[in-house]
Amino acid sequence: MATCKYDWPPVNRRELIGKRIDRIDGPEKSSGRAKYTYDQNSKGRLIAKLCTCPYAHAKVSSIDVSAAKSLPGVKAVLVVHPAGDEIQWAGDEVAVVAAVTEQIAEDAVRRIKVEYERLPHLVREEDLKKAEAAGRTKAAGEQTTGDPDKAFQDPDIVVSEGFYGLPVITHCCLESHGNTVEWPDQKSIKIWSSTQNVSGGPGQLGQGLRLKKVQIDDNNIETICQYIGGGFGSKFSPDRWGIEAAQLSQMAGGAPVRLMLDRDTELEMAGARPSAYAKVKVAAKKDGTLTAWDSESWGTGGVGTAGHPPLPYVIEAPNRHWKHTAVLANIGGARAWRAPNHPQGCLITMAALDDLAAKLQMDPIELLKKNVNLAPPILRKTYSEELVKASEMADWKKNWHPRGDKTPGHIKRGMGVSLHTWGGRGHTSNCNVIIRPDGSVTVQLGSQDLGTGTRTVINITVAETLGLPLDAVKVEIGDSKYPMDGASGGSTTVGGVTGSTRRGATDALDELFATVAPSLGVQPAELEAWQGKIRVKSDPSKGLSWKQACAKLGVKTIETKGKNPGPCHLGDSGVGGVQIADVSVDTETGQVKINRLVAAQDCGLIIDMKTAESQVFGAFIMGVCYSLFEQKVMDETLGVMLNPNMEFYKLATIGDIGEFKVHMMTGPGYDERGVIGLGEPPVISPGAAISNAVANAIGVRVPTLPLTPDKVLAALEKGAMA
Amino acid sequence: MRRKDDRQRKAGPEKPELTRRDFLKGAGVTVSGGLLVGSTAASAAPPGPESGFVGPGAVPVTLRIDGKVHKLKIEPRLTLLDALRDHLDITGSKKVCDRATCGACTVMIDRKPVYACTVLAIEAEGHNITTIEGLAKDDKLTPVMDAFVRHDAQQCGFCTPGFVMACTAYLERDHNPTAEEIDKNLGGNICRCGTYWGIRHAVLDAAKGMKGGANGNV
Repeated sequence: MATCKYDWPPVNRRELIGKRIDRIDGPEKSSGRAKYTYDQNSKGRLIAKLCTCPYAHAKVSSIDVSAAKSLPGVKAVLVVHPAGDEIQWAGDEVAVVAAVTEQIAEDAVRRIKVEYERLPHLVREEDLKKAEAAGRTKAAGEQTTGDPDKAFQDPDIVVSEGFYGLPVITHCCLESHGNTVEWPDQKSIKIWSSTQNVSGGPGQLGQGLRLKKVQIDDNNIETICQYIGGGFGSKFSPDRWGIEAAQLSQMAGGAPVRLMLDRDTELEMAGARPSAYAKVKVAAKKDGTLTAWDSESWGTGGVGTAGHPPLPYVIEAPNRHWKHTAVLANIGGARAWRAPNHPQGCLITMAALDDLAAKLQMDPIELLKKNVNLAPPILRKTYSEELVKASEMADWKKNWHPRGDKTPGHIKRGMGVSLHTWGGRGHTSNCNVIIRPDGSVTVQLGSQDLGTGTRTVINITVAETLGLPLDAVKVEIGDSKYPMDGASGGSTTVGGVTGSTRRGATDALDELFATVAPSLGVQPAELEAWQGKIRVKSDPSKGLSWKQACAKLGVKTIETKGKNPGPCHLGDSGVGGVQIADVSVDTETGQVKINRLVAAQDCGLIIDMKTAESQVFGAFIMGVCYSLFEQKVMDETLGVMLNPNMEFYKLATIGDIGEFKVHMMTGPGYDERGVIGLGEPPVISPGAAISNAVANAIGVRVPTLPLTPDKVLAALEKGAMA
Repeated sequence: MRRKDDRQRKAGPEKPELTRRDFLKGAGVTVSGGLLVGSTAASAAPPGPESGFVGPGAVPVTLRIDGKVHKLKIEPRLTLLDALRDHLDITGSKKVCDRATCGACTVMIDRKPVYACTVLAIEAEGHNITTIEGLAKDDKLTPVMDAFVRHDAQQCGFCTPGFVMACTAYLERDHNPTAEEIDKNLGGNICRCGTYWGIRHAVLDAAKGMKGGANGNV
């Protein structure tokens, strides 16, 4: 096979890639030394607090900040929404205050007098008819493929109809959204930002400030984010409150202003995953071959539209129709939530297929296998292999039973399956690779590590390429002064940063080979870097240690640029995964307990097996959270979120998660695709797999997530009456 | 539900002045202008230093943190967490829920784990406060920290210091936990990235190194 210069090394030439390697910033984090945006305490730091609107929809009649301004310790007050402005959701900030302590800032906020004219609101979207009557809906897409009407009339088919849905949930990042901003001089800004987009930060802040008539060159803005306490798709910009913090800092003579959202505001407006509800009709021949799909879905992502769930998801019946309606609700706007719109499409489709399988009296895994040819061609083989692997790992044949656990007693056990896909092609990335005469190696890029292990995969890539141990390479990221790297969204980071750093490090090594070759009496192409040595391929005893080789640089330093995308096939797009849930349901209390979650997941070439598996474990746990607990509970009368705190916005704790089994698909058929992202895919299926497992256990479908005890009991009661 | 039980267990009945309930009592007093220090909340004495009331203005407070004495002048309403983070730049303990739900702010007071967001700084006077910064000696990771790294029990890392504190305090109390006991006793800390799987194994592993920690071999 022809090779390309930057190709990943073959399996027998990998010292680090694919091994189980500890994340390199692990010690900083576990010892509490890692400094986050929230931890910035530079000298003279002020703390800013928001004065927020208590109404879902209102017009500001008047706003008086004089009492806040006159409070000792207050350094700046900014009105965000003057009289006449319309507010579209509760929690939106109307004014911001910076003071010497948090407590004084809070006192000042309490002194701000705002009068509102309340306007009609809509905050709940489950009832589409009500939203339509209020004129709060907007068509969000419709498509017909084949002839579904005709297909549904076929007398030889089995049709299953159902209603399925997921509510709005929040990101609930543990480090709330926010920034610490200062003007070191009148022309420049330094901003510590809790962001997934370090390189994009200066442009976003600059543009936002210029819109507010604050003059600043993007060039003079430095965005810094060494550590971020969770993002999950909700932190792609400094946000309007970052711009406000910069304004407050300027008003306060350049002093650093720390503006981090309080927990309630964080949950009210700093990120929501759009809801999705759907009425579905799906048909198959008696042997399980899918023929037709029809879905009418709706959901809300706030007052704007938020796309639509992909329906049907992955397994596309040849004759199909979908229609989606956006409900424009007065809640904080939607933000990308790990695998935007996929968990919604997945739950609706996989639950509908599971109900169809039950009606056909078919094992749902057999139904998926039967229809795997309706998935995108690139994924068919992957799914077929993963369905086999996952069912082996879950002991499916032994543990699965037809719908409704018939064993006596009130604890019913069930199994459910789901599959998912995601793109994950590497984003645009640039890096510098620097080799100095003393042998030290530095790689720099304006990336960020969300906790996925970005620093670690960069380190592995460069060390592997240069034949060095991990600690011989210094990784510098998290600062916009480094070469531009894309935002970390859509599972694009690992492909981007490994592509650029592989190319950059290969070129740097070539320069070193050229320097060293004459002293070894060979051509540069005859050299290789292996285990800390530069040696002659045909005669490995002939060579120099890394340090000796670099000393040949004399006073010269090697600095190369690496780019992604670029030459040679280093990465790809499109992964598949299969998950199986094993649950127990207490039919007396309605409580669902996770026994075990199983995943077979593909993501091409794996750089670090340990952090890759962590992504799947973490996705399982986020999946348990949104399957069993999470919901942004809105009150239609008051228009406010009833659970803007972590007591009642429930997340799973360590005792809720059950046991996990994860298998990463590797080897032939997977490795040669190169690197593909993994952050999103495994979080897509848990909702469907767990919902299907509950239906399998208790014999009836609980139509919507989260699968809370009240809903489980209601479904049991309805099922008993049917 | 389990979370609540754990919280009570965490605060511990031995030091009633540090329980959440007493904090809430105290917080109620602040509404009327000052804060009563000590446990004679029923007294209706007027504000003034001799009455035991302090505040609402800044008062001198001496805190012993990680073996070092810090003298501060702070408002009595300041939580221990805010005093640590904003006044002493000891930022390992994180502010997340700010109402005793998530455990990200966990520190130890007299070697018992507490939520620093729900203890007033003035209540902590006279006690030995241990933060995550005080656990590791000479930059050497503790066995729990080391186990967190090896089991990848952290992603973004924001809940990690609180979890390490909670795990450390738990293992000081119980050297030999089973996986079920770990699940029960560490329910007072919340992670959003989903690192519980790693944490469960990290705690089992860290216990292995402790005297009589046989269950770690599970």
